[in-house]
Amino acid sequence: MSDRSTAERLLELADDELLIGWRNSEWTGIAPFLEEDVAFSSIAQGEIGHARAFYELAAQELGTDADTLAFDREPEEYRSAPLVELRLVPDWARTIARHWLYETADAIRVTALEESSSSEVAGLAAKIEREEAYHRMHADMWAERLRESAERKRFEAAVEELWPYSLGILPDSQREEFRATVGETLGLPLPDAEPFERGVHTDDFFPLWEEMTSVRRSVAGASW
Amino acid sequence: MNEAELQAYLQDGGQVETGDPMPEAYRKALIKFIEMHGNSELMGVLPEREWILRAPTLQRKLALTSKVQDEVGHAQLIYRVVEDLGKPREACLDDLVAGKTKFHNVFHYPTKTWGDVGVIAWLVDAAAIISQKALLKCSYAPYARIMKKICWEESFHILHGRDVVLAMMTGTEEQRELVQEALDRWWGPLMQFHGNPIPADDDPMFQWRIKSQANEDARQQFLDGYVPQVWELGLTLPDPALRKGEDGVWEYTEPDWDELKHVVTGHGPATERRLGFRRMSREETAWVRRAVLAPAA
Amino acid sequence: MIYEVFRQEREGQPFQHGGSLEAPDLAFAEAYAREFYGRRNESVALWIVPREAVREVDDPYVADVFDRDYRRVDGYSIKVKLKEARELAAKSAGAPSADESRPHSDAESG
Repeated sequence: MSDRSTAERLLELADDELLIGWRNSEWTGIAPFLEEDVAFSSIAQGEIGHARAFYELAAQELGTDADTLAFDREPEEYRSAPLVELRLVPDWARTIARHWLYETADAIRVTALEESSSSEVAGLAAKIEREEAYHRMHADMWAERLRESAERKRFEAAVEELWPYSLGILPDSQREEFRATVGETLGLPLPDAEPFERGVHTDDFFPLWEEMTSVRRSVAGASW
Repeated sequence: MNEAELQAYLQDGGQVETGDPMPEAYRKALIKFIEMHGNSELMGVLPEREWILRAPTLQRKLALTSKVQDEVGHAQLIYRVVEDLGKPREACLDDLVAGKTKFHNVFHYPTKTWGDVGVIAWLVDAAAIISQKALLKCSYAPYARIMKKICWEESFHILHGRDVVLAMMTGTEEQRELVQEALDRWWGPLMQFHGNPIPADDDPMFQWRIKSQANEDARQQFLDGYVPQVWELGLTLPDPALRKGEDGVWEYTEPDWDELKHVVTGHGPATERRLGFRRMSREETAWVRRAVLAPAA
Repeated sequence: MIYEVFRQEREGQPFQHGGSLEAPDLAFAEAYAREFYGRRNESVALWIVPREAVREVDDPYVADVFDRDYRRVDGYSIKVKLKEARELAAKSAGAPSADESRPHSDAESG
């Protein structure tokens, strides 16, 4: 956990998981077919569950609770990567491209976390990885299926577009491994674009924040 | 078996399986009834799905996502039964978005606050589970079988809904008002939910024993089970005539049957918007179904 | 493609038909079956079978033209024969009736 505080790093992870879970749950009820709807909803729930676990760890350090961290911060305090902020419904090609890129990057990140000097963080990472394995299987299955279908171009264009965003998920030190993994699977040269880094929100983030916190803000200090 | 013989067999408790030969009239009645149930599960997803995105805690967000996921799963189970009866899922969805087939009245109304989320999961699901439990005895066995799984999952929803309501009722004055206001709006549609009391003899759904619970029986069961639970929280119901008579039968102001008819024929306050949304999301994802579900060439 | 799903609720129990689902291929079917029949831990094992692979047999009766009572319980009159055998055995041992002292089993006496 480098030189930054553990809480700060945990909040990045938690915010990423919360927002990707939030975005993926936008598909609940409107996925391409009913079986997939149920499957994708479980993935969204998995991500929200991981966010909660990361927030709880961060909350211990910061002396607060998970819901306060998830819902009661100002927009500029969120540490999410731009990739997870993008609103992609009802575009399934871009959704799967993001899902696949995110899960691939997340695997690298979580594996590194399992080596953390904090036994709590390492333990949580190991627990999360057991569930992420299913997410990855789902993402790989879809990526492969779309690449082998008549819609290959649609999927590859989406990956190319989202590639610079996906780099922003990982710290510099993990990006080479990520590039190699993605490039090998796709068999395509990846564009050499400037990564979209954390710290500057996309335009899509603000309406998300408005909606996500609207009920909570409607009655200040209430329990729900 | 001809129609009369089959009806006698079914009235006697007989059941029919997927591959059994059956008269066209029975098959059509089954498709009509079961398809409307599937439509209702699928359309019932939309009013709640908006609130997944606004759920005020992580726990509520997870519970609501899981509830909506269950409803989608129910739609899948139910449409599979319809499909095996001869009407493909795609045809069901085409007819649904074209407004040719119906869905339950309660899913034609908008949701306005987080109070609606609690009231729907608690009381709309309670009303629905009463009808669905009765369907465990349906003459068409494949439909009766899936009802077991559906009822089991619905029981979680009622818990979730009641918990949402209780959290608000034990919260601030504003939160209590949100619940009361939602309840006032939903009471009319809830009283209409089980349909008007039509004589069973006139109803083909009874003749084929697709249904065996009279509409009024379902409503009485709902009132008996849930009005006391509503009242004990200090909530009121917007019907001054509502009371349990000495004979144990609930009395109430006649529900607005014209409104019910108007709404289920596609003229509810949110009907057009919801169907439009479903139509749009279905069109946007048609390429995925073509690409991955089409049989390999 | 339609797949039939069979589920086992607890170890040692028989598999039961759970339902059917549509999936692009077997890998998707596996993922979806897990979601539909395992997401609340309601199954310990699942079988997934392409619908075409299921052969339905409508009349599972073996032709029974001649009496095959030896396949049924009523084809055997254990009780009568057992009584006779016990009496014979008691007589040859010269002992009094051994109903209480000698272990015997009535399990097959129908």
